Order: sequence, then C-alpha cells, then structure tokens
Amino acid sequence: MLKLEPRPSASATMRYVSPLAAVALTLFASLFLFAALGKDPFTAFRVFFLNPLRDMHALTELLLKATPLMLIGIGLAVGYRANVWNIGAEGQFVMGAIAATGVALQAGDGGPWTWVLMLLAGAFGGGMWAAVPALLRTRWRANEILVTLMMVYIAQFAASWLVHGPWKNPDGFNFPQTRMFADAALLPILVEGTRLNAAFLVALATLAVGYVFLERSFYGYQMQVAGEADAAARYAGYSASRAIWIGMLASGGMAGVAGVAEVAGPMGQLTESISSGYGFAAIIVAFVGRLHPVGICLASLLMALLFLGGEQAQQFINLPSSISKVFQGLLLFFLLGADLFIGYRIRFDRTVNPGKLPWKTT
Amino acid sequence: MENHLIASMLAATIVSGTPLILVAMGELVTEKAGVLNLGAEGMMSIGAVTAFAVALSGGGPVLAVLAGMAAACVMALAFGFLTLTMMANQVASGLALALFGVGLAAFIGKPFESTPLPMIAPVPVPLLEHIPVLGPALFNQQAMVYLSWAIVAAVLYFLYRSRWGLVLRAVGESPSSAHAVGYRVITLRYAAVAFGGAMAGMGGAFISVFYTPLWAEGMVAGRGWIALALVVFATWRPLRVVLGAYLFGGVMIAQLFVQGSGVQLDMPAQLMSSLPYIATIAVLVLISRNAHTIRLHSPASLGQPFRPDA
Repeated sequence: MLKLEPRPSASATMRYVSPLAAVALTLFASLFLFAALGKDPFTAFRVFFLNPLRDMHALTELLLKATPLMLIGIGLAVGYRANVWNIGAEGQFVMGAIAATGVALQAGDGGPWTWVLMLLAGAFGGGMWAAVPALLRTRWRANEILVTLMMVYIAQFAASWLVHGPWKNPDGFNFPQTRMFADAALLPILVEGTRLNAAFLVALATLAVGYVFLERSFYGYQMQVAGEADAAARYAGYSASRAIWIGMLASGGMAGVAGVAEVAGPMGQLTESISSGYGFAAIIVAFVGRLHPVGICLASLLMALLFLGGEQAQQFINLPSSISKVFQGLLLFFLLGADLFIGYRIRFDRTVNPGKLPWKTT
Repeated sequence: MENHLIASMLAATIVSGTPLILVAMGELVTEKAGVLNLGAEGMMSIGAVTAFAVALSGGGPVLAVLAGMAAACVMALAFGFLTLTMMANQVASGLALALFGVGLAAFIGKPFESTPLPMIAPVPVPLLEHIPVLGPALFNQQAMVYLSWAIVAAVLYFLYRSRWGLVLRAVGESPSSAHAVGYRVITLRYAAVAFGGAMAGMGGAFISVFYTPLWAEGMVAGRGWIALALVVFATWRPLRVVLGAYLFGGVMIAQLFVQGSGVQLDMPAQLMSSLPYIATIAVLVLISRNAHTIRLHSPASLGQPFRPDA
C-alpha cells in the first residue's frame, strides 16, 4: 500500500527536481497527445520541440520570444513572493505597448533615442495600469486577482479603440493598426539579419536587478516573509501595503516594458491583437521558474520553445498553433502536482498489521 | 411600443444573466465547501466547445449540454485531484485550470470556427406568457432559463434546508470538526468541486449552443471571472447571486440596445463593451470595503488545504 508521509522538513532537492519532472512529464504527455491526434508522435515531437532549435536563426527567434516572458516573469515573481496575485500582466503589457506607441507616433522621425523614451513610457503605462488594482487593494481590500483580470479586457478594448479610431493608419487599407514606426522608434537589432533586438539585453539586465532585489536585498527578504508567514511579517512590522505596491508596480512596469519590446521590436506598430498571450504565459514562467531569476530565465526559454513549436506544428503538421497553450497548461499542472513531493514523500507500506506500529495514532 | 421595448430589454437581460447564474451557483457551492476554484473561465470554455461540437454533429441540445457539463466536470476533477489529493495551492491550480481550459478549448474548437448552428426556439409557458410586459420577458424564454431558476431553488433548498447542505457548509467552515465527527471532508469537497465544474460546463454550453450558437475563440469573454466576482458580490448568498447576475446581464446587453435604439451617443463602442468589466471592478470595491460583511459570510476555510491525518 502506498502511503503519503510528511517530510520532517521541506526537501530542497525536490524544489529543483519537481520543475524538471514537470518538463519531462509534459514532453512525455506530448507524445501521447500527438499520437491521439493521429500524427506520428516522433515526427511531431521533432517538429514541435526540435525545429525551433535547429540553427542560429531559429535560436535568435527563441531569444526574441523569450524576452517578453523574462521581463514579465521576473516582475510577477516579485509580487508572487509576497502573495500579491497580479494576473493581469496581459493588460499591463497592452498598456505599455499603447504608451510607447503614443510616444512613437508623437515623435515621428524624432531623435535617435526615441526608443529609450518609449521604454520609459511603457514601464510607466504598465505600472500605472497595475497601480489601479494596488490602490483598490490597499485602500478597499478589493481582490487583486479579479481586478487585474478585468483590467486586461479593458486594456484590450482601449487598444482596439485606438487602432480603429484616433491612431488608425490613414493609408492602411482600413486595417485596424497604426502607422509603422520610424526607424528611431524601433529597438536596435543585436544580430544583423535577425529580429533579435536590444530588449533582450534589457531583459537580462532586469533578471540581474531582480536577482539582487529578491535574493540579496532587505526589501526582497521582507516581501518573502510577508508571503510565507504574514503574521510573522506583521509582528516584525513589515508593511503589507508596501509589499503590495512594490509587487504590483514591479510586475506592471516590467509587463509594460515587454509591451514596448513587442511594438518597437518585431511588430513595428500597434495592432489590435498585440498581446499574444505573453502576460498569461508569464504566470506559468514565474511558477515553473520557482520565482527565482535563474529559474525564470530557463523557464522563459522553455515557454518560448513551446510558442515556437506551436507555430512549427501549424506550418508543418497541420495542427492549430493553440496546441502551445495546451502544453503550457499541462506543464503547470504537472509542476503543481510534483510539488507535493517537496513536503511529502511516498512510503511503501508493507506491514500487514498497521496497529503494531508505534508511530500510528489511529 | 414602449411596453414592447421594455419587455425585450428585460428578456435580453435575463438571457445574458443566465450563464452567470449557472456558473456562479456552481462556484458558490464549491466555495461553501471551502474550495476556491479560480478555473471557471477554463471550465466554461471547455463546456462551450464540447457542447458546440456535439450539437454540430447532430447530437441535439440536451445531449450537447450534458456533454459540456461532463467535459467541464472532468476538468474540475483534475483540479480536485491537484488541490484535494495532492494538496497543491488552490489559487495557483485554479489559474492553471483557467489557462489550460481556455487554451485547450481554442485548440479543440479550431475546426469549428465560423460554422453557425441553427437558433433554438424559446419555449413559452402557457398562460403566464400573456401577462403584459413581464409575460413575454420572463415566460417566453429558452428552456435553460427556466432550468437556471430551478437550479437556484435546488441550491437554496440543498444548502439551507437539507442535512447534507448543512454538512457541506460545516466542511467549509471547519473541516477538522467535520472530520472529527466522522464526515469525509475530502470526498465532500470532491463532490462540491465536481458540481461546480458541471455548472460551469452548463454555463459554457448555454453560451455556445443557445445564446450565440457558434464557436469563436475567446467567446466566453471573461464571464467565468465575472461569475467569480459575483459570488463575492453576493457575499456567498444564492439569491443575491441571481440579482447580481441579472444586473450584469443588463450591463452586458446595454451596448446592443444603445446601438439598436438609433440614439447617437458620442461614445466609442469599445467603451460600451468594457462596461461590464468596469462594473465588476466597481462592485468589487463597493463590497470589499466592508471587510466585516465579507468575513462574516465567506466560508472560514476557503482556500485552505485539508489533510485528514495531519
């Protein structure tokens, strides 16, 4: 008989093993899923998981896709450590994109540093969009999960209104999108001939700053305590509302920067569907990355691979690209399940007469 | 003419509030048992796409709804396995369910996109439908609307008049006491989670088969999340859920009536469309301000894992 037994202390090893187990289980499940869909599982596996890694160009695309996930994921981790559940990064991403587009359209051919101004505007836009739930939570205790989510829909309607209305490209054949940005409003390209741009460096820098803040600073420590034992945090005099403000502004600001990376990077304009689910995928990134900067970096690469795999699957094996989201969801399910073994272990209980065991209470 | 307009606005409000009632009733029972399942949006999407697929392949509306309920119920049980058996964090698992459900529904529904189903005719209630104004609004509706009322009555009876309803509430208030007197906390919570899933599936099926008979990615459009907010708004009381659902139903259809009435409003359509979401935030703030009411009515063990042997 298998028996679940609490460990005397949480297993540090399992904390690292469980994401790996979740990845392995997801890959394994993918074989079954492909087979169930009537595809040769090994061909499909190769197309989905290996095609996006096949050459230098593919790898730069992977880094390009991972960039917004890193930015948003590290921001979310700051809040999640303190149990501040911002799940509206998708909306903050859109607001960042909108703010940056405002700067780009205003600047026209503008100065050579227009894109820097755009990054700042994006951080501000995303941060302000997250400040609303932070205010409502700290002043009136409104649940931030639901408020941030509702604000995703509002942000998407705002983007839709702008590209159908005031910011619509007059020469755009009636497509709901803005004018293409001027060169000065585009992020500089890092590798000639690819789409990988300076936002990737910004993301790496953010991960480094995130590391110092979360792992090495007193504020970061306070937030962690607030999340793990809020009674202890209150006793120590750590302010709960400060944790909420830091968590929301950090995640909102970073999501906003990610929005800039999209409009001033591969898109080059604001469109109605600018958010392609990065804000939600980054929630998974934050969890799978164990709310740790290094983990988030790796998880972003993995999630980017899943996104690109979906595109490959659509192109080569005729599966809808939304299969990416299925794998992303499975990954999170497996991780949450595997996490049981951080606190518990399985014992194979051979005894016929359990009544004789001294540690049995019933 | 005036009467006719009022009646059709009322009727549309009721139809648009119905999926919210269904989903929120399920979530209410789940939360009464002490389990917070944030995955309503995902379960609704799965329910909607499954029901649509069954209806499209000629299964008829009854079978379609049942299939939608079953599919969402399976999703809910997966959530139950994670949170009740594996003791995973309920917030994170609920989010996972929401993300996974929406993604899986998009994946399954791709081939059916832009294939409409025939509209299902309303079922008038004899005699009652002839009451002026209220008759056509209340008693010439889809069968599912009447069913939603029956479900509300059943939930009310179950929670406050039946023994098992009392046990369920006890499990939500104090699982360790309920366990101590010999009730199976985990089994009851599984049942509550399954009921929540089935109701979310029914709500989703209502949208894709009865309300707007087609499938489009994202057609659930946050109704699952709004239903979660409704439960808070109603401070976990079934009749207030109904009131809230119709209030939101009204806000959701306001846009159609403004457009249809020919009144030229100097307001972009997108602003009108975002009204239900703005209203949700406003209502949440209004209710949450009163921490006392929330604490008094929310199940004490909501969101807490329970392990019988510990």
